[in-house]
Amino acid sequence: MTTPVSEIPASMRRQARIVIVGHVDHGKSTLIGRLLNDTQSLPDGKVEAVREMSRRRGMPFEWSFVMDALQAERDQGITIDTTQIHFRTKQRPYVIIDAPGHTEFLKNMVTGASSADAALLVIDAGEGALEQSRRHAYLLHLLGVKQVAVIVNKMDMVEFSQDRFDDVSAEIRAYLNEIGVAPGVIVPISARHGDNVVTRSENLPWFKGPTLVEALDAFKPVASEDELPLRLPIQDVYKPDERRILAGRIETGRLRVGDTLHFSPINRTAKIVSIEAWNRETAITATAGQSIGITLDQRIFVERGHVASLVSQRPIESHRLTVRLFWLASNPLTAGKTYTLKLATAEHRVSVEKIIEVLNIDDLTAGSADKVSRNEIADVVLHSRSLVAVDLAIDLPRTGRGVLLDGNDVVGGFVVTQADAVDARNLQRVEHAVTPTERSRANGHHGAVLWLTGLSGAGKSTIAMGLERTLFERGRQVYVLDGDGVRQGLNGDLGFSPEDRAENIRRVAETARLFAEAGMIVVTALISPTREDRARAREIGGAFFREIHVAADLETCESRDPKGLYRRARVGEIPDFTGVSAPYEAPEAAELVIDTGALAIDEAVAELVAFAEATTALKHPRDATDGPGDGI
Amino acid sequence: MTDLDQLESQSVYILREAFNKIDRLALLWSIGKDSNVLLWLVRKAFFGKVPFPVVQLDTGMELPEVYEFRDVTARDWDLDLVIEQCPPESEMDPTLPPATRAAARKTEGLKALLKREQYQGIFVGIRRDEQATRAKERVFSPRALDGVWDFKDQPAEFWDHYKTRFAEGTHVRIHPLLHWTELDIWRYSKREGIPIVPLYFARDGKRYRSLGEKNITFPVDSSAANIDEIISELEITRTPERAGRSMDNETEDAFERLRSSGYM
Repeated sequence: MTTPVSEIPASMRRQARIVIVGHVDHGKSTLIGRLLNDTQSLPDGKVEAVREMSRRRGMPFEWSFVMDALQAERDQGITIDTTQIHFRTKQRPYVIIDAPGHTEFLKNMVTGASSADAALLVIDAGEGALEQSRRHAYLLHLLGVKQVAVIVNKMDMVEFSQDRFDDVSAEIRAYLNEIGVAPGVIVPISARHGDNVVTRSENLPWFKGPTLVEALDAFKPVASEDELPLRLPIQDVYKPDERRILAGRIETGRLRVGDTLHFSPINRTAKIVSIEAWNRETAITATAGQSIGITLDQRIFVERGHVASLVSQRPIESHRLTVRLFWLASNPLTAGKTYTLKLATAEHRVSVEKIIEVLNIDDLTAGSADKVSRNEIADVVLHSRSLVAVDLAIDLPRTGRGVLLDGNDVVGGFVVTQADAVDARNLQRVEHAVTPTERSRANGHHGAVLWLTGLSGAGKSTIAMGLERTLFERGRQVYVLDGDGVRQGLNGDLGFSPEDRAENIRRVAETARLFAEAGMIVVTALISPTREDRARAREIGGAFFREIHVAADLETCESRDPKGLYRRARVGEIPDFTGVSAPYEAPEAAELVIDTGALAIDEAVAELVAFAEATTALKHPRDATDGPGDGI
Repeated sequence: MTDLDQLESQSVYILREAFNKIDRLALLWSIGKDSNVLLWLVRKAFFGKVPFPVVQLDTGMELPEVYEFRDVTARDWDLDLVIEQCPPESEMDPTLPPATRAAARKTEGLKALLKREQYQGIFVGIRRDEQATRAKERVFSPRALDGVWDFKDQPAEFWDHYKTRFAEGTHVRIHPLLHWTELDIWRYSKREGIPIVPLYFARDGKRYRSLGEKNITFPVDSSAANIDEIISELEITRTPERAGRSMDNETEDAFERLRSSGYM
C-alpha cells in the first residue's frame, strides 16, 4: 500500500461521485455535455450524433442532448430523471449524477444527490440563486453531502462581469453559511462556450481561482468511518449449514472476533465467534462499509432490524423522535397520521405526534403549520410504540436518518435531531424461554391477528366462527375474540362513549397481540368503525396484523338485522349506531375484502380460510425459522 | 477497503435486501461477463449458495461457446437452471427495426416466464455505464405485469432504502450491478478468478466486447487476448461497449423503445 497515488493509473483510483444540482434552465445538462467533451470522455461518434439530433430539431448545437438520452426528455427540454455519466480527469475517475432541477422531480434530485461525495450547485449568473437553487442547497445539507462548490454559469450572458459575479457569490455564500454549509469555492464559467470548465478563460482575467475541473479534483474522498462507534444493523439471519450467520453491513466503526456485542433494542449481549465469508481467507476484523456475516457464542434471538454495537457505545433507545424531514408525496403529512418508519434495516409503525414548524426555504424562517406538503421541509415529532434504536444525525449520520413509508411508497426522508431516551432498566422485557420460532415450529404455522371490521349484520361473527371451526379441524391453534363476549368480561367496565369505544378496541388489540405472540391465529370480530382506531390496532398488532373488511351494504345488513339492533336504532332506542346515526369509515387498504352481500356464508368462510392459511403458513415447512434466514 | 471491495459490499447488501423482502425471486443469466459476476456475488452474499432459480432466456441463437459454458457452469455451481425458450421472431412487433425485433424475443420470453411462474423479483446484471437509458434505472425498478417501465415516474431511492413493497400483479427488476463499470467487471473477474466465456478474448484480431445472439452481435477489432490486455484496452478506448450490438444503433430511440416495453 506504499505506491504513491501518482503512479496508480487514474482509472484505477477510487471514483468520486459528483452530483450537479441547481434550478431548472441554469444549464446543468449543458455543463455536463461540455465537461464530457472537454475531458475527451465521449465515445466516438457522440458529438456527430448530437449535431445531427440538434439539426433535425432545428436548433444550434445543443450540448445537453448528450445527457438527454430519452425521447421524452429531448422533446420537453428538461431532464426528468437522474442520470449517471462516467468521465475521467488526469487526477481520477468520476461518476457524475445529473439531478433534475424541476420542482416536480424533487424525488429524483434526492435520489441522485443522496449517494454523492460532493456537489456542484449551478447558478445562472443573470438570475442568481432562485428558490430552487436554495431548496437544492438545503437538501444537500440534509442528505449529508458536505462538500459543495458553487458554479456561476452563463457568464457570457452577463458579459463576463466581475461585479455581477461578486453579487451572486455574496448572495449564495450568505445563504450557505446560514444553513451550515461551507462552499469550497465559487467558480465563474460559461458551459456553452467552455470558459473556465477545463481550460482557463481569457474572458475571465480577473478570476484567480480554480477552473471547474480543478475544483472537482480538489474534492476529498469521503473520509473513512472506521473510527466512529460501531453500528451493525442486522439485515438477515442465514443458516447455510450448522452455522447461524447474522448478516449485515457495518455502517460505522469496526469489530473483531472476540468482541462482545450489544444488540438494541432487545438488550442482549453475545461474543463474536467468527467472521464468515465465502471464497476469501478468514478475517478476524471488519470495518465500516463491509457487508459481512458473523456467528455468536450464544443463541440469542436476534433478527433483522436489531442493531449491534459495542457495549460501551450503544445507540439511543427511544419511543419519541424529533426529526427534520423533507416530504416527497402529493398527500401531505398531518398530525395523527401513521406511517412506517425505516431506519437502517429496522421498521417501526409511527404516528405523527405533532408538526413543530415548516421551514421557509427562501428566507429560512419557520412557521407553525397543520400539514407538510410535497417538497416542504419541516420539524416533526414522531412517536413509535416499539422501541427504536437510533442515533442523532449530528453524531452518526448513517444511523441517524431514515425514511417514512405510506403503504408501498417512500414518502419522505428525515434526519434525527432529538431522541428521548428511555431508561432501559425499566423497560426490559422478559426474554421468553420459548422462542417465536419454536412456537411456530410446534404449531406448524405462525401466529396472526385477523381483524374483521364491518357493519353490524355484515356477517363478521358468523364467518369468524366458520373460520375458527375449519382451522381447528385442520389442527391450527385458533381463537375468536368476539366483540360482545369481550364486553361482558375484560371490558365490562367500559360504556359506549367515544373514549370507551376506543379503549375497548385498544384492549382487544393488545389481547389479540398476546394471543398471536403465543403462537395462535386470533380472529377479532368488532365493528371498529373508525380508521383511527383500526390504525392503532394495526400499530399494536405489528407484523401479526391483517385487516379484513367484511363488506355488505347497509340495506343488506339492515334487512338481516340478526339482533334487532337496526330496528331499535331507527326508532331512536340506540344512539350513535354505526350505519344509522354514526358513520362507518370503510378501510382504504384492507389486506382482504370479503363481499358478504354477494357471497354465500360458506363461500365467504372459504375465502377467509384461504387467506388465513396463506398468511400464517411457514415459508419453509421443514425449518420453521421465523421470517427470513431460512432456505439457504 | 479497496474500490472493488466497496462495489462488492454494496452489491451484496442489495442482494440480501431483495432476498429478505421479496418472496419469489429469479436471476436472469445471459452467461455474459456481467451476469457471471452477478452470480458470483450471489454466492458471496449467501455463503456459497444460489438460493433461487437462474433463468436463461434462450433464443437458440447464442454462440456454441455460450451453451457449452452454460452447461459446465450450471453443473459446477449447482444452479437451479431454468431454460426459457423465447417465442419466434415472426411473432414480434413488425414496426420495430430488424435487430431490435430479434432482441424483442427475449422481452416476450421474459413476459411469458413471469406470467407462468409469478416471480415477484428478477435480478438483472445491467450497469448504468453501458447505455444511456440504463443510466436512468433504479436499483429496485418496479414494473407493471406486462413489463412496462415507467421511467417518468420512478420511486425515490436514497440512503439504500429501496422500494420493496408492491401492488398485486406487479414485479420488480433488481439491479445489483447498476453502480459498476465495464472496467470494474473485468478487474473484479480477474481478482476473483471468475470463469469467462472465451469469446471475450481476441482471436485473429477480433473479440466480443459484449455478448449477444449471433445474428445481431458482432466482434470488434481488438488484440486483447487475456484479462490484463482487456483492462489495458479499456483504459484508452473510446468505442462504446455495445458498439457490436446492432439493436442499439438502428434508430435514435430503438433501445429506449425496447427497454420501456420490458427489455433488460
